[in-house]
Amino acid sequence: MSTQNYEPNMVLSTTEFDVIGTRPVRHDGADKVTGRALYGADIELAGLIHGAILRSPHAHARIKSIDTSKAEAHPAVKAVVTSADLPDAGDEIIDLGEGATPLKYLRGNVLASGKVLYKGHAIAAVAANSLHDAQEALKLIKIEYEVLPPTLTAPDAMRDGAPILHEGLKTTELGKPTDKVSNVASHFQHVKGDIAAGFAEADLVIEREFNTATVHQGYIEPHNTTVLWNNDGRVQVWCSSQGAFAIRDTTAAILEVPVSQVKVTPMEIGGGFGGKIPVYLEPVAAVLSKKSGHPVKIVMSRADEFEATGPTPGSCIRVKIGVKNDGKMVAAQAWMAYEAGAYPGAMIVPGSMCVFAAYDIENIVIDGFDVVVNKPSTAAYRAPGATNAAFATESIVDEIAEKLGIDPLDLRLRNAATKGTRRADGPKYPRIGCVELLEAMKNHPHYNAPLEGPNRGRGVAIGFWFNAGLPSSCSMSVNADGTVMLIEGSPDIGGTRTSIAMQAAEVLGIAAEDVRPTVADTDSVGFTAVTGGSRVTFATGIAAIKAARDLRDQMIQRVARIWDVKSEDVEFEKGVFMSSNGTKNSISFKDLAKQLTSTGGPIVGRAAINPPGVGGSFSGNIADVEVDPETGKVTILRFTAFQDAGKAIHPSYVEGQMQGGSVQGIGWALNEEYFMNPEGKMMNSSLLDYRMPTSLDLPMIDTVIIEVPNPGHPYGVRGVGEANIVPPPAALANAIYHAVGVRMDRLPMNPVAVMEAIWKKEGVPA
Amino acid sequence: MPRKVQVQTKINGEDVEFLCEPRQSLLEALRDIVGLTGAKEGCNDGNCGACTVLFDGRIVTSCLVLAVEAEGKQITTIEGVAMGNELHPIQQCFLEGAALQCGICTPGIIVAAKALLDQDTNPSEEKIRLWLANNLCRCTGYDKIVRSVQAAAGRMQEAR
Repeated sequence: MSTQNYEPNMVLSTTEFDVIGTRPVRHDGADKVTGRALYGADIELAGLIHGAILRSPHAHARIKSIDTSKAEAHPAVKAVVTSADLPDAGDEIIDLGEGATPLKYLRGNVLASGKVLYKGHAIAAVAANSLHDAQEALKLIKIEYEVLPPTLTAPDAMRDGAPILHEGLKTTELGKPTDKVSNVASHFQHVKGDIAAGFAEADLVIEREFNTATVHQGYIEPHNTTVLWNNDGRVQVWCSSQGAFAIRDTTAAILEVPVSQVKVTPMEIGGGFGGKIPVYLEPVAAVLSKKSGHPVKIVMSRADEFEATGPTPGSCIRVKIGVKNDGKMVAAQAWMAYEAGAYPGAMIVPGSMCVFAAYDIENIVIDGFDVVVNKPSTAAYRAPGATNAAFATESIVDEIAEKLGIDPLDLRLRNAATKGTRRADGPKYPRIGCVELLEAMKNHPHYNAPLEGPNRGRGVAIGFWFNAGLPSSCSMSVNADGTVMLIEGSPDIGGTRTSIAMQAAEVLGIAAEDVRPTVADTDSVGFTAVTGGSRVTFATGIAAIKAARDLRDQMIQRVARIWDVKSEDVEFEKGVFMSSNGTKNSISFKDLAKQLTSTGGPIVGRAAINPPGVGGSFSGNIADVEVDPETGKVTILRFTAFQDAGKAIHPSYVEGQMQGGSVQGIGWALNEEYFMNPEGKMMNSSLLDYRMPTSLDLPMIDTVIIEVPNPGHPYGVRGVGEANIVPPPAALANAIYHAVGVRMDRLPMNPVAVMEAIWKKEGVPA
Repeated sequence: MPRKVQVQTKINGEDVEFLCEPRQSLLEALRDIVGLTGAKEGCNDGNCGACTVLFDGRIVTSCLVLAVEAEGKQITTIEGVAMGNELHPIQQCFLEGAALQCGICTPGIIVAAKALLDQDTNPSEEKIRLWLANNLCRCTGYDKIVRSVQAAAGRMQEAR
């Protein structure tokens, strides 16, 4: 590994604050390094019993009959349920904030009725005194299947005569319903300019097809839930999820009870990355609890995680880009088919919006296809859809740079999207940091360091993610000791309690440690959308800022009353209230806090928001690799991640997002895949065989935080959770090309894929 | 139901006695019987390392050890790493170095890192990476974990 004589983690900061930009210890830190933090699986309740789920051994089959009588007769069994125990969803359409979905799909994924659509599809569940008893009882359930042929990839599922998953699914073609029954749930198009004229103008056109495998978020904590359907009719849920309100609302919809009848208490969550937004277990545990009269806990096994939660789509993407000899891109076209898994809703919409998002191109056509296949129903995974798309586009951009003899970062700078650039899907960018990102990459010592030795190469790539706003709520109360209690509703997966508290502390002029954040249950805080879309530090941050301002303004009024002045005559700066009418009165926040009870009573600040002004984030990588030409193994020698954070509230946790996202991207690039047999059974559903990066596979991941402030946030925050996973596969593919001269067109680029590419170019050795 | 077995063992320096089924793992016994939920179940087949504990000083994944095997042994879990009310230098360095995000792998990683620093006071980056290779972390990319173990080694040497 190269010796590094530069600062590994740089912050290119534009504005300094008192609290923001510092690195305090996180508020939940002590609990998490001592084993005291309670995650969903750690909960224990009086009378708790354990649930287990019977899952389909077939990828595609009709259920002819289910006989649960022997399981029900097992002495330790307290309840057995099937889809017959859930209300019939009918044709209801619900919108839980992520687009309209037929309720029958959500319900059908929780417990199958009629057909099973993937291996691992839940069919029945048992609750018993112990998990071992429940697992034993599952073996007593008899199911007769009519096994059907599966279809496992988007191109296969789109062909005429492919096995049909949903007899009632008719293709939506360019926004219009049709009568065509097929596996294509929808085909849509984004058009900008005149694509034919654009390609006619081009001096060089490159077109390639790329295929990417299904991959999993790979959070270490399996899904879990504990549900008590109480005697008063209230459904109480304790679980690890990315959003207690999302779990509440989906569970209530499937159970057909009012949302107020469900209370979700968020436990600590052991990673999510988009995979802990959907509901799998709660309705099942709820009906088991209702039937048995006990609280019921269900925890997924690791195999369940791979086979029955929501991985990210495999995809087939064709990209064609035309450029002038001077490097100006004049036309770009993409055909993108993403695998939704068993139910419609592949992340093709955001994928299609990201495919050319980094560039200002006059003429664009993008065709997107949402295709159902006999694999688990896909879910979000960190910048969902964007990584697949960037692998295709950024590989072709590298090839163009090589063919035209232009530096790959210069080529990108020549075409970089900037404020005012209109994306093919419609919106014009507000202030973005694509150019600043590329310039930081170009100026970094890594880009200019020599890379010597055989079979070594350097690759670059960039990526974009929108980030999200969505509703957040926050309230704050002042303690007599001058500290502030902060109640919010965003499950903390990576230090957001602290990034939220720091923003409140900045407003109040107190230390980050003096704001005590709590992530509350759904009865105790206003509606708050999921921890997803890189939104928490942005949106819940704004809620905290506004609640802190509300608190501050009430304290100003209190001071004015004590001093008998107008509140306009009280100023507040760095934690001190001062009179501005010449009387030179002053009182600190802490001193005033002591007097609140005796001067009129307690003070509570609050805010509930749905913020506009979301700022998209660009990220980039410089990656050096060495390829073993004998085995195809790719070793990463050096890796630098760049990202526009807008403003890094807590730089250590921003770096952490960048490092973690980069490494997930590296795993996706080099190793991870659902290895399916022809019958549609995943052959590697363990953490031994589904190979995620270990500490030994990686170098340090250096970071450069760029701060191009987002005008839509008081301190400039954009959100940093996702864009970092987008460029690594393309950066590594480009590095592999520069190391051994082969263009990789599929993920993962594991040793087999690399050797096949080398043999295709050089011939198979005798 | 199989007859339960009585097990006498030492956990974090305390004598502990429990009843378990012969088929139960040490992880199950720690979490569900003894009530120490710091060790986590991530895979139940020895591949993620979230359930790492020390078994007579040796690193084991407690999901692959039968509870009855704990008879007469010394077990150290994450709950036994801090020294009374004072955090172990590894724990302190993890906090200062932001070496955790979701925190689910953290107990196993801290236990594994403690075993390393107990036998090598100045491990190389490569050795730390090798030592922690059975502890999967999906959030951090390991960078800040490795740096924090290095920082803890330095702090422990200073304290000597």
